[in-house]
Amino acid sequence: MSGMAVREASAPLAPTAFSRLPRVALSQELVLLFALLALFVVVGFINPRFVDWSQIQSGDWGDLRNLKTIFLGNAYIAIAAIGMSMVIISGNIDISVGSLIGILATISGTLAVNGVPIILCWIIPVIIAIAFTSLMGAMVAYLRIPSIVVSLGFLSILKGGLISATGGAWINTLPDNFHLAQMRPLGVPMPIYFMLVLTVAAAFWMRLSATGRSFYALGGNAEAARLSGINRERTTVKVFAIHGFFVGVAGILFATQLQIIQSTVPPNLELTIITASVVGGVSILGGTGTVIGSTLAAILIAAIGSSLIFINISPYWLRAVQGVLILLTVLADLWRRARQARRR
Amino acid sequence: MSEPILKLEGIAKSFPGVRALAGIDFDVRPGEVHALLGENGAGKSTLIKIMSGVYQPDAGTITLDGRPTTFASPQEAQKSGIATIYQELLLFPELTVAENIFMGHAPKGRFGAIDWRTTNERAREVLASLDIHDLDVRRPVGQLSVGNRQRVEIAKALSHNARILIMDEPTAALTEHDVTRLFGIVRLLRTRGVGVVYISHRLEEVFLLADRVTVLRDGEFVATKPVSATDHDDLIEMMVGRRIEHLFPKLAAKRGDVVLELENVVRSPMTKSASLKLRAGEILGVAGLVGSGRSELAEVIFGMTPAESGTIRIDGKPVTIRSASDAKHLGIAYVPEDRGRQGLVRPMPISENVSLASLSRVSRSSFIDRKAENALAEKSVKEFQIRASGIGQIVGKLSGGNQQKVGLSKWLATRPRILIMDEPTRGIDVGAKAEIHRMMSEFAQAGMAILMISSELPEVLGMSDRILVMRAGRIVADVDRAEATQAGLAAAMMSDSSPPLAEAAE
Repeated sequence: MSGMAVREASAPLAPTAFSRLPRVALSQELVLLFALLALFVVVGFINPRFVDWSQIQSGDWGDLRNLKTIFLGNAYIAIAAIGMSMVIISGNIDISVGSLIGILATISGTLAVNGVPIILCWIIPVIIAIAFTSLMGAMVAYLRIPSIVVSLGFLSILKGGLISATGGAWINTLPDNFHLAQMRPLGVPMPIYFMLVLTVAAAFWMRLSATGRSFYALGGNAEAARLSGINRERTTVKVFAIHGFFVGVAGILFATQLQIIQSTVPPNLELTIITASVVGGVSILGGTGTVIGSTLAAILIAAIGSSLIFINISPYWLRAVQGVLILLTVLADLWRRARQARRR
Repeated sequence: MSEPILKLEGIAKSFPGVRALAGIDFDVRPGEVHALLGENGAGKSTLIKIMSGVYQPDAGTITLDGRPTTFASPQEAQKSGIATIYQELLLFPELTVAENIFMGHAPKGRFGAIDWRTTNERAREVLASLDIHDLDVRRPVGQLSVGNRQRVEIAKALSHNARILIMDEPTAALTEHDVTRLFGIVRLLRTRGVGVVYISHRLEEVFLLADRVTVLRDGEFVATKPVSATDHDDLIEMMVGRRIEHLFPKLAAKRGDVVLELENVVRSPMTKSASLKLRAGEILGVAGLVGSGRSELAEVIFGMTPAESGTIRIDGKPVTIRSASDAKHLGIAYVPEDRGRQGLVRPMPISENVSLASLSRVSRSSFIDRKAENALAEKSVKEFQIRASGIGQIVGKLSGGNQQKVGLSKWLATRPRILIMDEPTRGIDVGAKAEIHRMMSEFAQAGMAILMISSELPEVLGMSDRILVMRAGRIVADVDRAEATQAGLAAAMMSDSSPPLAEAAE
């Protein structure tokens, strides 16, 4: 990973908002892509099972177990990271997202076992997610409470609520057609479709829509955005609402990927999602970054986690590696800003 | 006459692109109040920062008690007995009076712990030595009035055994009663042999308090005189007496109908019943000291701090402006003074900054047309001669003048009819300044109505068709360019009891 940091640190036109322009977009996203490829090559060389080499050789494309685990098992993280990236770009943050995903999965499963039409079991949690995050956004916008405080409150409420409501019980009598994430139209697993389509759509939308632009402006300089006629309050609610949509979809994919729904989510899920955004090039101070970067970073983090197992390193190291990644990215970002300030 | 404690000779200081000071001589003797005067930007602040060790001079010598010295840091200056009280007081609101006074050098007891009893006692002593007996040293500073906080600052300075006390506009935020008390304290310090450097815009105070006065102008030394050897008019002439350079090519424009009209517009605390008329093709200059309410007036018109009462009319029709967005839709544009904070989104490229206030113009059904956006940016870069590597360049990396041009083009892209500019040329180099002035002149010729706020009197006099003077939140004068003089405007800006402007203007 040091290669990435070096590359970042030495790039004169480092990825800022600038990276939304095609010429330089290459640097940020390509760095992640190269890192990902390098990881597959190196770890695949040490342990061919990491890249399912025997299956690839025998042409058994349907049985790429590890690759499947990496992509499928983490698509929901990448999707949640899209919304998170938008929130961070707008100068906010949401640390309640992990607990919200857990609640949504439980709601979705509870609806399903109680005979609610499957399509509603998928849609209702998305609507609930949007309602929740919009409420958060409204508190940030109109009550002027910092988003980290608002979402910290929601984190506790949701986490406590989840455990109390489920009593820690798992939901395991789900109807067969409930499992959206296990469907494979045209042989390609559903989460891959979602991840690709949502990433590309969100990337275009952020780049081309007036609303997407207002997120960048708000995070880059809230006062200048306001003076330019951007309604700060409404824009804040909007970014949280859109974030809610992505969290909702992530929640459904999480709920439907296994045969059972556990009453817990992976520990520190929200941190993994925020890490994906930050490592993907979204400045934690707001104003810059892309959702393509965050999706690539989500996959990279998952691949690193998986690779640790294949090269016989305790997976507990994953958190440490994630931490190093965050620090490197944030340091590079700060360094870049300091340089920019000096150049003024 | 006693020897000076501190003597500065031939002091020069430059910042990138700006020469702040050159050839300044200044000294402070024990037991005198030495007033330092000059317009905004004359270099007073830079000079006191050199005296207090914040900046190091590029050239010149500093002599302390007859020995050459340098202050590498504010701490060194403080150790040498030089204390500075800045306009914005540097106290810790949550801590008590005593804690603030002895911050960093509180008396220690056994085991190195702070001896609170002694600290409080000594704080009381220091205050008593300033004839202050009504302050509870255990009260948090945040609960005190501005006047009391200032007294704590002075006590803090004296607790360091200051022999020179520099006060930067100490009366700017004080009530009349507090001003009287402050004067008492300053006179007390003088009798004790402290040398006081006193910066103020209020000429009356200079005559009440000071023994000598030094005037700076445009970063240069004008004169040091005993107060008894000067008078009000002499000081003003020294402060503003410079030629108007040929920098201001305001071309004649046809003045049209009244576009914007304010009638008794109030927004507390800084806008007190403002009335004005702005015509198409006119540049209306607004002069006044920093803090006179000029920028606040602009913020009211632009809806950032909406008016509480009064009427704003556009084309004769009353309008309500409650947000910047409202103002924008009424054809008002505002180029703020603080480009970094209010004007531009620094991490964004030029193209996105230029289009930010007029996204609807380059969008179709809420999607931005990148071609139209880029075309707009290309046009702006060309028209405004913005020097950049391209429209994709990050705005934060441009020079001040070029940033100002990006800010200007952003607002002109909204095709405004009324343009408010706050300090349009502050902090930019002379060449860029002339270009901005030329553009403003062209906008006016094209029928735009321009409200220009400026601290530079030559700019106001050179560019405006008509000039308003603001003081303490009020418009105190309204003159035609032909009748205005620097001395007349300066008098209206500064005097507490200003003579009618016509009289002051010769």
